[in-house]
Amino acid sequence: MAVTVSIPTILRTHTGGEKSVSANGATLAEVIDDLENNHGGLKARLVKEGALHRFVNVYVNDEDVRFSGGLDARVKDGDNVTILPAVAGG
Amino acid sequence: MLVIRRDLVDAMVAHARRDHPDEACGVIAGPYGSDRPERFIEMENAERSPTFYRFDAAEQLKVWREMDANDEVPVVIYHSHTATEAYPSRTDISFAGEPDAHYVLVSTRDPIEHELRSYRIVDGVVTEEPVKIIES
Repeated sequence: MAVTVSIPTILRTHTGGEKSVSANGATLAEVIDDLENNHGGLKARLVKEGALHRFVNVYVNDEDVRFSGGLDARVKDGDNVTILPAVAGG
Repeated sequence: MLVIRRDLVDAMVAHARRDHPDEACGVIAGPYGSDRPERFIEMENAERSPTFYRFDAAEQLKVWREMDANDEVPVVIYHSHTATEAYPSRTDISFAGEPDAHYVLVSTRDPIEHELRSYRIVDGVVTEEPVKIIES
């Protein structure tokens, strides 16, 4: 499944400045592994100990993947994956 | 340096006062590349807590998409501290994910006098910057 991934400013150092890249996979985990193959270092910013990092929000089309299986979220051809840095603090 | 209109400063302080003792949070969008805060956007604090704040993820997507469509970026990301000084906490620093934003802290710990300070937070390093308020 070929998807388009939107990359937030803070992660564009791993994509040569590109804000939108393509990736392949049937699940978010596979998409992230594919991203890592082409843009090394990206996976470590997104995944920690087998789960999505709490510092990022990931959406498939408009849905927060927390509600659709996290890394197991399924993606289809043409889907848009959006990554945003979580805005939080204390 | 953060250059910001008086009405935007007043809006952040009013929001912080209204939500006290919970932390208030929001964004001020501005045209890409201008470093000019222009459009005030209150955000919901999904934590609803006196010590934590978090943008609701669905609301954040909606707002970030709008900014993208308008060629805007988040120039200011603000939140309030309700019992401590207007200085970024360790949590604030570890979450700071918009390297180009001015992080504004408003403290409402004193019921009469607020504190408002601004910072850049890049790669875990906090640098305070002066705030220049311009009359609208």
